[in-house]
Amino acid sequence: MQYLPNIIFAIALLAGIGFFVMNIRKLSRNIKLGKNVNRTDRKPERLKNMIKIALGQSKMVRRPLSGFLHIIVYVGFIIINIEVLEIIIDGLFGTHRIFHGILGDAFYGFLIGTFEILAALVFVAVIIFWLRRNVSKIKRFLSKEMKGWPKNDGNNILYFEMVLMTLFLVMNATDTIFQTGGVGNTISQFIAPLFDGLSPETNHIIERACWWVHILGILVFLNYLYYSKHLHILLAFPNTYFANLNPKGQFTNLESVTNEVKLMMDPDADPYATPAEGTEEVVPEKFGASDVADLNWVQLMNAYTCTECGRCTSSCPANLTGKELSPRNIMMKTRDRLEEVGKNIDANKGTFVDDGKQLLNDYITPEELWACTSCNACVEECPVNIDPLSIIMDMRRYLVMEESAAPQELNMMMTNIENNGAPWQYNQQDRLNWANEE
Amino acid sequence: MNVPTMADMMAQGKQPEVLFWVGAAGSYDDRAKKISRAFVKILHQANVDFAVLGTEESSTGDAAKRAGNEFLFQMQAMMNIEVLNGYEVKKIVTCDPHSFNTLKNEYPGLGGKYEVFHHTQFIQNLISAGRLKIDDRTLKGKRVTFHDPCYLGRANEEYESPRDLIKRLGVNLTEMKRHKSTALCCGAGGAQMFKDAEKGDKEINVLRTEDALETKPQIIATGCPYCNTMMTDGIKFKEKEAEVLVKDIAELIAEANNL
Repeated sequence: MQYLPNIIFAIALLAGIGFFVMNIRKLSRNIKLGKNVNRTDRKPERLKNMIKIALGQSKMVRRPLSGFLHIIVYVGFIIINIEVLEIIIDGLFGTHRIFHGILGDAFYGFLIGTFEILAALVFVAVIIFWLRRNVSKIKRFLSKEMKGWPKNDGNNILYFEMVLMTLFLVMNATDTIFQTGGVGNTISQFIAPLFDGLSPETNHIIERACWWVHILGILVFLNYLYYSKHLHILLAFPNTYFANLNPKGQFTNLESVTNEVKLMMDPDADPYATPAEGTEEVVPEKFGASDVADLNWVQLMNAYTCTECGRCTSSCPANLTGKELSPRNIMMKTRDRLEEVGKNIDANKGTFVDDGKQLLNDYITPEELWACTSCNACVEECPVNIDPLSIIMDMRRYLVMEESAAPQELNMMMTNIENNGAPWQYNQQDRLNWANEE
Repeated sequence: MNVPTMADMMAQGKQPEVLFWVGAAGSYDDRAKKISRAFVKILHQANVDFAVLGTEESSTGDAAKRAGNEFLFQMQAMMNIEVLNGYEVKKIVTCDPHSFNTLKNEYPGLGGKYEVFHHTQFIQNLISAGRLKIDDRTLKGKRVTFHDPCYLGRANEEYESPRDLIKRLGVNLTEMKRHKSTALCCGAGGAQMFKDAEKGDKEINVLRTEDALETKPQIIATGCPYCNTMMTDGIKFKEKEAEVLVKDIAELIAEANNL
C-alpha cells in the first residue's frame, strides 16, 4: 500500500496528458480541414518572427501596461514550470524536493526563491488583469461578443492562476523542513507565520493537500486549454511562424480566377472545346469562402490562436464608429463554426454531414463584411499576427463572385470600371483632360 | 500644361525616365486633379523626363479587388500590364497609395514587374539626387499634421518619406495621437469610398478629423486623393474650412516653391 500515492499520481498524470493529446489531435484535424497554403518558404524570416513576436512578446508592449503585466505572467508561467518538473518526479518516485539534493542548498534556494518571487508577481498581475476585466470600464472587454462564456472564460483563467500561485506559496509556507532550512523561502517566510499555531502534522497535511491540488490543478488547466481562448499559449508559436510575410497591402491573386481570365483574354481559346483526352470533368473551384473549409489552414489556426484580447477591435475604424464589424468577433465566430464542424465530424464517424449551416450568414453577416475598410489596423495590432482581414476578403469574394450580392453602389462602381475604366461614370477619352484644366 | 503621353514618346522614339500613373481619382476627381497638376509642376521643376498613359490608362482594379471582385481586378490588371509591358515601362510613380500598392505588390504575380514609387518617395529621391530643393520659407512655422494613408503606411510600411518632405517645408509637424502604424483609416479604403457606410454612430472620416483637430493644425497634410476627400469632408462637417486646409504633400511643395 505504500506505493498507492505514486500509483494514483501516475494514473492522474497519464490521464491528464492522454486527454490533452487526444484534444490536440482533434485540434490538428480541424485545422487541417482548411485549404492548403504554402507557408514553409523563407524559413529564417519565419523563425525570426516567432522568436521576436511569440517568444519575445515584441508586439505585446505596443500597449505598455497590459504588455508589461502580460510579460510577468508569461515569464512566471514558463519559469515556474521548472518546479512542475520536480513535482512530477517527486510524485512518481515518492521523493521530496528531489532537486534540493541534486542542486545543493544555494542553487536550489536561489531557484525556489526566484519562483516564489515570480509567483507573487504573477498573483499581483493577475489581480490587476481581473480588475481591468471586471472593474475598470475598458471598452474592449465590454463588447457585445464578450458576454457570457467569453467573459467567464477570461475570468476562469485568472482564478485558475490565482489559485495555483496561492497553492504553490502555501505549500512552501507549510513545508516545515523547507522553512527551517531557510533558503529559497523568499516570499513564503511571510506566509508561514499564519500557520504557526498549527501542529507540525497539520502543517504537513496542508502541505500535502496543496501539493496534490496544485499538480492536479495544473493537469486540469492543461485540459481546460482546448475549451478556452487560452490555447494561445501554445498556438502563438506556430501562428507567428506561419504568418503572412508579404506586405500587408498585398492581397492574394486567386489562381483559379487567373486561369479563367487568361482563357477569356486569349483570342485563340475555344471555350466550347472538348477537354483533352485524360483530363477529368472537374467541378469548377468555388470562389472565395462561405464556410470554414473554404478558408486555408493558417486562417483556421488563427481562429484557435485568438485569445480574445480585442486589441484588433479597439483599433478597427468600423468598430470605433459603432458598426457591427468586430475583427475579434470574426475570429471567434470562425472558431465557433470550426468547432461545430469538428463535433459534427466526431458524431458522424469521421465524415461531415451537411447541417444546413455555414460560416456566412449563420455566423458572420454581410453587414459585418461590408463595413471593413481593409485598413489593416487589426492585423497590425494583433500580438500574435492573426489576420482577420484575409477572412473578411475571402468572404467578400464569395458574396460577389458566387452570389453577386455586393451592395448596389458597389455594383455600380464595378460596372463603371468595366465600361469606362474608372469607378465613376466618366468617358475614358476624357482621362487626360486634367492636364489642361488650369 | 505639358503632360506627354507614352504614345507621343514612342512616336518620337523616346523612352521616358518614369511613367506617372495618374489613377482614376487624379484623372477625374476635381479635387484630386489639382494634386496631379501640382505633382506635374514638381516634375517639371526637377526636369524629370516623364509621361502618362493618358486615355490608355485604366483602373488598376484595386477597388474591385477590395470589393471582392477578383475577376474584374484581374481583367483590369492584365489589360494594364499588356499596355505597360508594350511600352516597356520599368519605373512608375503615382500619387495614389492604392494604385501604388496594387502595382507594386499585386501586379508582379500577373506578369507586371515594375519599380513603383509613391510620389513622396519619388520626390525624396529627387531631393537626395540634388535635382529638387524645397523652399522652407513660404510655409515656415505653419502647424501641420500628417494623416497616414493605410495603403502607404501599414500596408507598405512607408512612414518616413512623407514626414521627411513635410519637415523640409520648414513647418511645425505635430503628430496625431494615432499615427504611423496606429493611424486611423480615413474611411475610404476597401471600396468604402464608393458606398454608404453601414449603420453606426459616427462616420469614420469625422472621427479621424477629430483626431487631426486635436493637434490644432492649420494644415492637414495627406498623401492620398481618397484620404484628401475624406478629410476635406470631415473639416466641412466640423465647419472648420476657414481655419484648416487639407492639402496633399505635392500641393504643399508646389506652393512652397511658388510653382
